[in-house]
Amino acid sequence: MSTQTPAPTADQAPDPTADPTPDGADRPVNPLRATGALLARDLTVLRKQPANFLARTIVQPTMLLFVLGYVAPTIGPGRGADAEVAAATTLLAGMVAMVILFQGLFAVAMPLIQEFGYTREIEDRVLAPIPVALVAVAKVVAGAVQGLLAAAVVFPLAQFVPASRPDLRIDWPVLLTLAPLAALMCSALGLFLGTALDPRSVMAMFAVLLTPLLYLGCTLYPWSALGPVRWLQVLSLVNPLTYVSEGFRAALTPADHLSLFVVYPVLAGFTALLLHQGVRHFRGRVVS
Amino acid sequence: MSSTAQAPPPAPPPASSTGAPAAAGRSGHATPAAVRTVGLTKTYPDGIEAVRDLDLDIRPGEVFALLGPNGAGKSTTVGMLTTSVVPTAGQALVGGVDVAARPAPARRGIGVVPQRNTLDRSLTVRENLVFHGRYFGLRTAEARARADLRLAQVGLDGAAGKAVDALSGGMAQRLMIARAVLHRPAVLFLDEPTTGLDPQSRLAVHEIVRELRAGGQTIVLITHDMLEADQLADRVAIIDHGRLLALGTPAELKRSVDADTVAAVSADTDPASLAAVLRGRVPGLRDLHLLPEAVLLTVQGAEHLFTSIIEAAAQAGITLRDIRIEEPSLQTVFLHLTGKDLRDR
Repeated sequence: MSTQTPAPTADQAPDPTADPTPDGADRPVNPLRATGALLARDLTVLRKQPANFLARTIVQPTMLLFVLGYVAPTIGPGRGADAEVAAATTLLAGMVAMVILFQGLFAVAMPLIQEFGYTREIEDRVLAPIPVALVAVAKVVAGAVQGLLAAAVVFPLAQFVPASRPDLRIDWPVLLTLAPLAALMCSALGLFLGTALDPRSVMAMFAVLLTPLLYLGCTLYPWSALGPVRWLQVLSLVNPLTYVSEGFRAALTPADHLSLFVVYPVLAGFTALLLHQGVRHFRGRVVS
Repeated sequence: MSSTAQAPPPAPPPASSTGAPAAAGRSGHATPAAVRTVGLTKTYPDGIEAVRDLDLDIRPGEVFALLGPNGAGKSTTVGMLTTSVVPTAGQALVGGVDVAARPAPARRGIGVVPQRNTLDRSLTVRENLVFHGRYFGLRTAEARARADLRLAQVGLDGAAGKAVDALSGGMAQRLMIARAVLHRPAVLFLDEPTTGLDPQSRLAVHEIVRELRAGGQTIVLITHDMLEADQLADRVAIIDHGRLLALGTPAELKRSVDADTVAAVSADTDPASLAAVLRGRVPGLRDLHLLPEAVLLTVQGAEHLFTSIIEAAAQAGITLRDIRIEEPSLQTVFLHLTGKDLRDR
């Protein structure tokens, strides 16, 4: 006997697209999961464009390692093997610092400038049901992850491109704490610049800001060697990259470096300040 | 094209404020509003008062159009309702959540199709939907399942793996709609969804809007296109200069002009002279506006319309070029309320 109650037919089967019930507040969003999705998005984009990542990671440090670590000691006023090792050792920390800074700019600042200035692609992410600050923080964390990847890529290059092997002495506890902090600081700098700079003047600002930041950030020489140029030694202390380079010098080599009692707090301070200002500007860009 | 005429209207008083057609806006229905605004106001730091004292009550399941010319305050209103603009006064609830006080939870119930293409160009068509779902806390598997259903619904299942750059304008718009409803928002905001689309894509978007409505989706449609508002909306709010001028169903609004015929008359003389001739000679004339090339008459009772126009012109020695008769449209209502032609933007 068939029942009189209408049996659900295929047509009446639950169809999510026809379901008018909004998910609503009864299904609160887990902010961690949403933030994780933002992070996953950036890493998906990274995975799709490995050539992009490698180009911005490898080219500049390889050239500097080659010219300053190989060519210069080889053709220079012949100071021999010690000079070669010293150059390679100095450059090791400097190049790691440099690529991490690059990621902060190219993985965080440039995309933000583009998305705020022209494409407004960020709009969909900003409409996620989590505080806007978390969208900015997810961007910074994704940039930091890319910075660490870049450091891992450039590390072997710094071993083999220079004429001699650097004097390597890894302090693991320092490396494992300093590297993430340095990557976060550089990425937070990217957030700050990406939200504070006017898209129309961005190339000029990069040239004006980035070039001194990179070359005067103790990437090509240790801070302690600046004694003869005292004013520059003092001025370098306001350059956040100095603390990244010197920190990696401490983590990777036996070379002289700024005290870690200075490096850690200053890096943490820069990170907090840049993150705070960056989030503030970020919010200003999406909420009026 | 320009403009508006200061035709001294022998017309009824501008349905000032919410007047006649506003009946439908009164509160007192059983279901809670999908969107409710009370005294919503936005004054920008430069002193521009974009939206002033807006009261809206949008019901669950209806398509509600915000109609007005560019610069009327529509975008600011939508910005406030979707948490990207902070009101300077008043309150707005979307899906029962105060958007200014609790923006993050409020966004849970909001879906937005913005005017510009904001698709994520670094992701494929399908990834755009899947990641959107994940931003709203869905598990990846569920986000994928919903993405595939929505892609089929908007006819993009064949383009799932494509880069979004490869999509036509119409396809991109359909994808943005699919994205905006993926997390099943309480209210879907469509900001000028067909502006810049070819006629066929426009029809496709309208079809999707009707399907969503049939599925119970509450939709706020922002448009300056009177025909679109007329075709799609259950109720229409006409706004200009940041204020609500009238609110009602398209039929109610059209009735409010108290006329059943609109005639555009052109002659070999300038519209002002023609208007002077016609004024007082056309029985049932409710309103008269000067257009750049014609005079627009709003008339109640059109039996002797043709003869009266032709006789008046003949007596004045004016040669008529054209008389076009239309039914009152939302265009007529807007003209009636503001003296401005919505088409002249």
